[in-house]
Parts: sequence; structure tokens; C-alpha cells
Amino acid sequence: MIRVENLHKHFGGFHAVDGASLEIATGSITGLIGPNGAGKSTLFNVIAGVHKPTSGTVTMDGEDITGLPPHELFHKGLLRTFQIAHEFPTMTVRENLMMVPGGQTGETLWNAWFQRGRIAEEEAALLKKADEVLDFLTISHLKDERAGNLSGGQKKLLELGRTMMVEAKIVFLDEVGAGVNRTLLNTIGDAIVRLNKERGYTFCVIEHDMDFIGRLCDPVIVMAEGKVLAEGAPDTIMQNEAVIEAYLGRGLKNKVKTGAAQ
Amino acid sequence: MDILNALVAILNYVVVPATAYGAQLALGALGVTLIYGILRFSNFAHGDTMAFGTAITILITWALQSAGIGFGPLPTALIALPFGIAATALLVLGTDKIVYSYYRKVRAAPVVLTMVSVGVMFLMNGLTRLLIGVDEIKFADGARFLISAQEFKKATGLAEPLAIRSTQAITVITAAIVVAALFWFLAKTRTGKSMRAFSDNEDLALLSGINPSRVVAMTWIIAAALATIAGTLYGLDKSFKAFNYFQLLLPVFAAAIVGGLGNPLGAIAGGFIIAYSEVAVTYAWKKVAMYLIPGFQPDSLLQLLSTEYKFAVSFTILIIVLLFKPTGLFKGKSV
Repeated sequence: MIRVENLHKHFGGFHAVDGASLEIATGSITGLIGPNGAGKSTLFNVIAGVHKPTSGTVTMDGEDITGLPPHELFHKGLLRTFQIAHEFPTMTVRENLMMVPGGQTGETLWNAWFQRGRIAEEEAALLKKADEVLDFLTISHLKDERAGNLSGGQKKLLELGRTMMVEAKIVFLDEVGAGVNRTLLNTIGDAIVRLNKERGYTFCVIEHDMDFIGRLCDPVIVMAEGKVLAEGAPDTIMQNEAVIEAYLGRGLKNKVKTGAAQ
Repeated sequence: MDILNALVAILNYVVVPATAYGAQLALGALGVTLIYGILRFSNFAHGDTMAFGTAITILITWALQSAGIGFGPLPTALIALPFGIAATALLVLGTDKIVYSYYRKVRAAPVVLTMVSVGVMFLMNGLTRLLIGVDEIKFADGARFLISAQEFKKATGLAEPLAIRSTQAITVITAAIVVAALFWFLAKTRTGKSMRAFSDNEDLALLSGINPSRVVAMTWIIAAALATIAGTLYGLDKSFKAFNYFQLLLPVFAAAIVGGLGNPLGAIAGGFIIAYSEVAVTYAWKKVAMYLIPGFQPDSLLQLLSTEYKFAVSFTILIIVLLFKPTGLFKGKSV
């Protein structure tokens, strides 16, 4: 379980996250929504160790992980994807996946030259695993493609695949659906659900696509102006007055109401 | 016969020296390009890293020579080279720990790191001069020639000589081995791939199982090795003088940029392009022209630029390439 307590992140005078407290239960697919500028991505970045918080704490299963650098969080099983998918563009899709697990024998200069046998074994195992992951994600045909040549949606799948190369506990997905077509989005959604059910991954998903959130997530946490505004099941959230107001503004809210009344 | 003579003259005065020089520049540029690609700044201290590595290698060469240890027909410096590399690696790792690591931590802009490296450059330059002085040092021993001018003339009966010094042959062979090892390393090993991954996408590398401090250390060690090898080969081929290495920084950077900063293949191509242009532009073509055009008696030497201006050649090429292909010939990262 991830617990965020009274988290602040200030950039100069701007309070991007302004006292947010929330919990992400183990085994859940928690949605994190909110209008642009609500502080969702900043919150992600603070939890994932990209930014140090101004104040507040983040704990993972009771352990304080506040402000740890990303690669240490990675070893604790906390992984993330990016709003704009990141990849190693000059490497193949398969190599991208094989890069992920840490602590490989070939990592030191000495072993790289003098432990060829052990490295070959490890790499064969990694290769097999990478191919399984690509199968799971239905992108096996792309395995020898340079990752830089993938479409935006395929890169998002690849990002998801990266989390499968190690024993991830919790994965933070930042706008996994942004700029992805419906069909591919469904593939991504299916993969998320299967990973959650079959492998017990906990997910925290930032997303603007309400259908996607509604289909996948329970509970949904709503942020606005750096704070948590509401939390609950997707359909109750959608009915929440404060949420509608934060998203649509007062004028539009009335229109929605009259629209609903008709 | 005249055509053959002209060819041999070109081979002797342009191709052979330019190939050796090109290999030295390529090794230097590889170091610059690796630092740029992975640590993301232009390391102006690279020329003086070369000088420092060479100085240590020379000191150890002298120690070996006075102990009566030699390497047969090969220069003793080749035995000293690994020690020079080790010392230089320690120096750059120390510099990184004391200086650069701080700027990485505060995520300083690349230009700040570059300016910091200028400071490091002056410091290293002073350190090298303190160690070995400012005089010109020749430290090549072993066999002088692979092919000597007389032998060649006697064997072929041509009027023009062809001489290949053993240091030139050693330079090219060593460079080829080093480059092959480096490319194998970058393409095939986990460490090499981590370095490429780090160069491709630093954020993502941090969020993978890649240990950033190990990648950084590895980059410095390899850069130190490349610098020391390049510097020692250059010193063997010509001579060692601390200030010459400081000046060598210019063609080395030009080579890296012309090839495309951050692109290892580009660094090699850039090294040879710069070397060949420098040598070709400063060579007096009179003799070749006289062989090729019978009865031609030019008044001048047919030399485009006198040797003192050879650094201008690197800059001219640099400017032309940056104007028309800002990312370099082999598509590196934009400068």
C-alpha cells in the first residue's frame, strides 16, 4: 500500500501539490483524475522520486520512501510510465525490454569480458522472458524493430511491457491513453486488467478518458488545485457536485444539469 | 613511371601520415563523443586528459627503460600504457567525484558543466606540466621503420621513396583494435548497452535497473583509456609536449562535431576527414603536379596553406558542416 500524507510540492510560489493525502490500496487499480494543472503529474513525479517534496511523506507498505531516487524505488518494485512514452530509440523493442532488470552479471567491466558463460545464460533467460512479454502484449511482430520507430500507442505498450520484466509491485501509469487509438487503448486496458488479476500488480492510473477510467478503476481519486477533492467508486465520483464543478466550471455544470433533466 | 612516382609521393606524404593522424584524432574524438552522449556536456579537459595520460605513460616508460625492460622492436611505451590508463582513470574519477558529481546532482545545464570542464582543463594542464615539464619529449624506441625509404627505393627502383614508420603502423593497428573492442562493448555487453540506454534516454534509464553512478564511472574510465591511448600514440608518432595536446583539443572536437556529437561512428569518420583535410591542404603538391603534368614547372610550392595554419582547416570544415548539417555527418545530437 502506498500512503501519501500531507504532501506539498512548491515550485517557487506555485503550489503544484498543496497538502494532498491519499492511499493506494494493494491490489487495486486506482484512478487519479482531475482537470489540467490539478497537480496529478507532479504528485506522480514526487512519489516516483523525480522531484523531492517540499514537505510531507510517502510510505510504501509502511516503509518511508519519501524523496528516494527513481532507481532505488525501481528496486523496491515501484515503477512508472510517462505521459509521453519513453523508450531507448536506438535499441530494438526486445533490447528495450532486456535492458530493464537490474543487477545483471554483465554490468561490471570485468564480468563483461571474463564471465561470458554466465552472461550468455542470463541473457538467454531474459530473451525468453522478453519474448513472453511481447506475446502477452500482442506485439511479438515488432520485436526486432527499433523502438524509436514505434507508434505512440505501441510505445505505451512497450512501457507496460517494461514493468513486466521485473517483479513490479505497483505501477504508476501517466496518461497511458493519451493519443492512443481506441483499439490499441482496449489492448492496453486488457493488459492492465490481466496484470492486476493474474500477477497482482497494483496500478495507479492518471487518465482523462472517463470511459477508460470507468471501465478499469476502482476507486477513483479526484484532484483539484493540488489537493484531493473526492474519492470513491467511478459512478459516484461522476455524480459528485464538487467534481463536476472542478472539471466543468459553474456555468457548464448548470447546463449539464438542465441537460440531464430534459 | 611518373604516375607511379606521383602515387607513391601522395602515399608517402599524405595518405600514410594522415591515416596515422586520423586514427589518433578518431580515438580522441571517441572519448569526447562518449562524454557528450552519456554525460551530456562538451568536455574541454579531454585534450589535457590526453596529455596527463601520456605524461604518466612516459614516466613509466622511463622507469621501465632504466630497469632495462624493453618490448623488442615495439616501443616500451606500449607496456607502460595500461599503467598510464589506470592512473588517468583514477584522476578523472577523482575529478568527477570532487567536481562534476555536484553539478549533476543540482542538474546543472550542460553549458555550466562545459565551463566547469574548462576549469578542470587548466588544472590538468598545470598538473601535467608540473609532472613532466614543458619541453618536447621523444619517447619512441624500438624499430624506427616498418618500411624505410632506401629499402623501398631499392626494391622498386622508383625515384620517390615510401617510408612507413613503425609508430605509424602501431598507431593504426592499435586504433583498429581499440575501436573494434569499443564497438563490441557498446553493442553486445550489458554495460555497454546501459551506457547507450543512458545516452538514449536518461530519465528512462534511471527508471530501469540501470545504476547511474556505475554508468558514469564506466564512461569516465573508457574516456580516460581512449584519451591515454590516443595521446600516447600521438606522442609516439610525433613527440610529446604538454601544450601541443592542449591545441590538439581543437581538431579532436572538430572531428567529433563533424561526425555528429554523441555518435561513435561519426567520431571515427570525423577524425579521418579532419586529418586528411589538414594534411592535404598543407602539403606542397609541386612534386606530384610535376610528375603528372610533364613539362610543368610551377614557381610556387603549390601549397594551399602553410603548416602553421593547419588548425584553421579543422575550423573551416567545422563551420561548413555546422552550416549545412548541424547535427554532423552521421546524425549525432544537435550541438
